[in-house]
Amino acid sequence: MSNTHALSPTGDLASEKLEFYVRGEHHPQNGTLLGFWLYLMSDCLIFACLFAVYGVLGRNYAAGPSGADLFDLKLVAINTSMLLLSSITYGFAMIEMRAKRINRTLWWLAITGLFGAAFIGLELYEFAHLIHEGAGPTRSAFLSSFFALVGTHGLHVTFGIIWLITLMVQVRKHGLIQENQRRLMCLSMFWHFLDVVWIGVFSFVYLMGVLP
Amino acid sequence: MSAHTDTHAHGHDDHGHDDHHDDGASHGTVKGYMTGFVLAVILTAIPFWLVMDDVFKSSSTTSLVVLAFAAVQIVVHMIYFLHMNTRSEGGWTMLALIFTIVVVVITLTGSLWVMYHMNANMMPMTIHDMKNMP
Repeated sequence: MSNTHALSPTGDLASEKLEFYVRGEHHPQNGTLLGFWLYLMSDCLIFACLFAVYGVLGRNYAAGPSGADLFDLKLVAINTSMLLLSSITYGFAMIEMRAKRINRTLWWLAITGLFGAAFIGLELYEFAHLIHEGAGPTRSAFLSSFFALVGTHGLHVTFGIIWLITLMVQVRKHGLIQENQRRLMCLSMFWHFLDVVWIGVFSFVYLMGVLP
Repeated sequence: MSAHTDTHAHGHDDHGHDDHHDDGASHGTVKGYMTGFVLAVILTAIPFWLVMDDVFKSSSTTSLVVLAFAAVQIVVHMIYFLHMNTRSEGGWTMLALIFTIVVVVITLTGSLWVMYHMNANMMPMTIHDMKNMP
């Protein structure tokens, strides 16, 4: 008798569980942005490894030049401002994209691309200058890890610019259709993410590198 | 049974609310971008000034202050440029970010810690040390 009393509530519980499972689940309508965010997080781990390598090897000069001898902080400040300006102009491009103004979106994207190209140009100039002075990636562990970290960031920006030009062609050809808006939002995350990584680079590598 | 249907109705309301936020909260405004930009410029300029003008005599103090400004600026960029919040994509972006930060912190502190101690224990650090080796 007591057994049947104990069993009847469990039957109710089972039916409740079934309903809860079916109704409560949340499906995002478009998984692309979340997926792209997960890619960025994995990219973040690559940069974390390169930062760790630089952190370990960054003071092993092998009797060669140190950061204080090599880094030109004024150039780095200009470089940083280029990337920061390109971030805000990309933000303006996104605002114009939502307002469905194709020409203004394209203009802001073009300005973003120019700032990005200026950043890459200055970085290539710095690298060429270092290698010309005999401070290439083969000189010491410090310079190997420096070129690996800063070079990887520069490559990301380069591919970001290629992606940006591709999207400008796409927007000009097909307009601000749903697909292009999604692509522009992905590139927006990529671009701002690279700016976040650059904060780590100029703080950890350049600013802390010139300290005695 | 009536309580049961109430929960469902409530759950459905929440669902619609979340969808609205997915569209609404994650978009930036001119004001938001400008706020982020001004904050970023200030947070960039101060560490450059600290290092270029040698404001602090001790370089470990300068390092800590520079790292603190970098951390704050990263948060500013996350909020104003990447529009991070706890609601977008049902909270999954925030969860992924927290997981990544945990892994990044373990990687960085772990590598630096282990390698620093290996260096200190196993290798002569200076030429002076090398000359005075037993």
